[in-house]
Amino acid sequence: MSERPLDGVKVVTFEHALAGPMTTEILGSYGAEVVRVETGTRLDWHRQAGPFIGNVSLPNRSACYLFVNSSKRAITLNLRLPKGIEIARRIVKWADVVVENFAGGVMAKMGLGYDDLCKVKPDIIMLSAGIYGQTGPFAHVKGHGGPLTALTGFPYITGFPGQEPQFPGFALTDFVAPRANVLAIVAALDYRRRTGKGQYLDASQFESAIHMLTPMVLEYEANGREPVGIGNRCGYAAPHGVYRCAGENRWCVIAVFTDDEWNALCRVMGDMEWAKQSRFQTPASRLDNEDELDGLVEQWTSTKQAEVIMKLLQEAGVPAGVVQTGADLDHDPQLTYRGFYRKLDHPDSIGSFTYSGMPARMSRTNYRITRAPMLGEDNEYVYTKILEMSDEEFVELMSGGLFE
Amino acid sequence: MSRGTSFSMTPSNETCEAMLTPYRVLDLTDEKGFYCGQLLGSLGADVIKIERPDGDYSRSIAPYYHDQPTLELSLHWLAYNSNKRGVTLNLESQDGKALFQRLVKKADVIVESSPLGYMDHLGLGCTDLERINPALVFTSITPFGQKGPYSDFKGPDLVCWAMGGLLAQTVDPDRPPVRISYINFAYQIASMDAAWSTAMALYWRATSGKGQHIDISIQESIVKTTFMEHEVWEVTGRQRERGSSFYKVPNSSVVLHTVWPVKDGYLYLMLRGGDLGARENPRIVQWMDEEGLADDFIKNVNWAELDWRNCTQAEVDRIHGYFARFFQSKTKAEITQGALERDIILQPICSPKDIVEHPQLEARGYWQEVEYPSPISQMTHPGRFFYPSASACRIWRRAPLVGEHNQEIYQGELGITTEEMVSLEEAGVI
Repeated sequence: MSERPLDGVKVVTFEHALAGPMTTEILGSYGAEVVRVETGTRLDWHRQAGPFIGNVSLPNRSACYLFVNSSKRAITLNLRLPKGIEIARRIVKWADVVVENFAGGVMAKMGLGYDDLCKVKPDIIMLSAGIYGQTGPFAHVKGHGGPLTALTGFPYITGFPGQEPQFPGFALTDFVAPRANVLAIVAALDYRRRTGKGQYLDASQFESAIHMLTPMVLEYEANGREPVGIGNRCGYAAPHGVYRCAGENRWCVIAVFTDDEWNALCRVMGDMEWAKQSRFQTPASRLDNEDELDGLVEQWTSTKQAEVIMKLLQEAGVPAGVVQTGADLDHDPQLTYRGFYRKLDHPDSIGSFTYSGMPARMSRTNYRITRAPMLGEDNEYVYTKILEMSDEEFVELMSGGLFE
Repeated sequence: MSRGTSFSMTPSNETCEAMLTPYRVLDLTDEKGFYCGQLLGSLGADVIKIERPDGDYSRSIAPYYHDQPTLELSLHWLAYNSNKRGVTLNLESQDGKALFQRLVKKADVIVESSPLGYMDHLGLGCTDLERINPALVFTSITPFGQKGPYSDFKGPDLVCWAMGGLLAQTVDPDRPPVRISYINFAYQIASMDAAWSTAMALYWRATSGKGQHIDISIQESIVKTTFMEHEVWEVTGRQRERGSSFYKVPNSSVVLHTVWPVKDGYLYLMLRGGDLGARENPRIVQWMDEEGLADDFIKNVNWAELDWRNCTQAEVDRIHGYFARFFQSKTKAEITQGALERDIILQPICSPKDIVEHPQLEARGYWQEVEYPSPISQMTHPGRFFYPSASACRIWRRAPLVGEHNQEIYQGELGITTEEMVSLEEAGVI
């Protein structure tokens, strides 16, 4: 098997929900050995959320958990017991990187704050994947990606003119933050390799999302304007939208930026008379008459299959794409060709579940996905092999309820 | 505005080494990949943006500073190209290629987002450049990746949203699915993936000595940004429920509001039953009660037992009505402050103004004032995407003017003479 870029990097993670697990899932897929600390006494909400494989509501069958927890080991440890904290510190001593995404201050209260962990491992890299960050008046406020997405302004710039703000996707910041977190951790590893120094990385989902939204901030700064949603329009391209196609709830994107693309679209549509009118002949005039143009384009798309439109247009050099649903993604020829989805088997008669791949394909050190762990699946390995507990100690602690 | 922290705009030096200080990145991207170089530059990498002699065409993406449509005043361009030096270079000319190859010898990373095959066509593809510099990390960002039946397809931002499954999830019954306006979100997400994977390749190179090619598919980046679209379909055989300003409860016909009007805007809240609802909702009801807007009915709702699937829409609407009336009596600022004091997860939908004035960002020194030449003078930027305790993540320098560092890099670093510079300029190479 080929090498991976993070081979040899050891990560321990105290995480829940989405942003923390996705951060460490990426690290694990690229070679880091990730140990996730969980407890059965207070299950991760994602283990309870479902939908469940085979419609059986058990923590190991929740798709909501499986889909962001590939490529890591999982242990159970009861951190409410003092001995649990001591064991957690022993795992930290083994690790290079600690990740956590509890509310601000929770780790420190348990005695697992950065200062505590530095005493155990002076060059530890610790990332707190926080909502608001670890300082400031909101540091201790609980939160999750849904409300936070509202806070960052994404919905403010989503929707059609005159419409109330629309909520894009799901808890979108939960998917932005892990990218920033992984970059922070890998850069900190490189820094430590060169300088010998670890550090504390105070990450805030709020801040990483707004960093991406810098143009929106500058528009307000410079021009005093607060941009709002303009539907699917672009401002410098027309037609540029999502058009109804034949079938129930089927849609296709068409986005025309140049005169060449416009002429090609007209050819594919069958050189209709309306398209020859002067008000559609330049990019500026197409933008000026966009409402009418959208209606005319949709007259053409509404009787055809979305897939057919995409292929005809792309072959003619016009940007187009089907609005794909889960079923479409499953059959997508491009994703299939690239082997993006991996169907993996699970123990305990759970059966198979399909994991998506990672978005960065490396020519020499590509990622590998392994299935998500069952609750406490790696207890024996982690406690006896990594922490080198004797069998007696392991059994004694287990019977004392430490690994619940 | 005086909220920002003012930093001197000098580049990093040895006494404040940042996380990626040793690395040089040649940035050939258009708007699909701008953000990658900016992120790496925030951590101290020396990023050189290479543009066509007449300036990157993406400099003509609106909006503009004071609506003046010139190459140096695109706010989109300025937002995503800070932390870079800038040179101009015509890669289609022989002299331009030769100069580029000299730059490649001293570089660690190339980031590019050109159409598939273009770099190979120039003789500057990954395999060509590996011969010059075997330790080079070559990162390509394309809509569908380097190989496969759709790899030649065109993929503007909206197409990538659609093909990755994210677009299908934001929809109301009366309109087409809708993307986030304004920022080309799919491109920025893919650029983040390009940045962390490039950092990983550099980390591995330190022990292996080898560079490599990184293939970013924006479609795949968007699949990895979409909540359980494929997973719900696989496990249940049904499509994941859609939402936007409402949420349709799975396995029922009940619809919940998620976007609620307040006095001066909107807030987001999904009213839940079960444990989460039992924690949050009574605190809101108590707040309601303090203001005389609650009665026995709403005070006696058993949130822990509440399952919307067992309710009629009329019952849902009755409960929602109390919250709607209460929220309409509040401003966004009152909601923010009241929720903070009562430990409730309740957030307004922020406008850009609300964000710029948010007390948390101000308290954390998030904003950074960046100086610009006339006519801008100064703008306040988000400074960082996380806060490291050793080293820094910040804006080290503003985005470059067209060809601003030609002399510094071509003459100062490559040793090109003034006469050669003149003839390169006359030939349209730089």
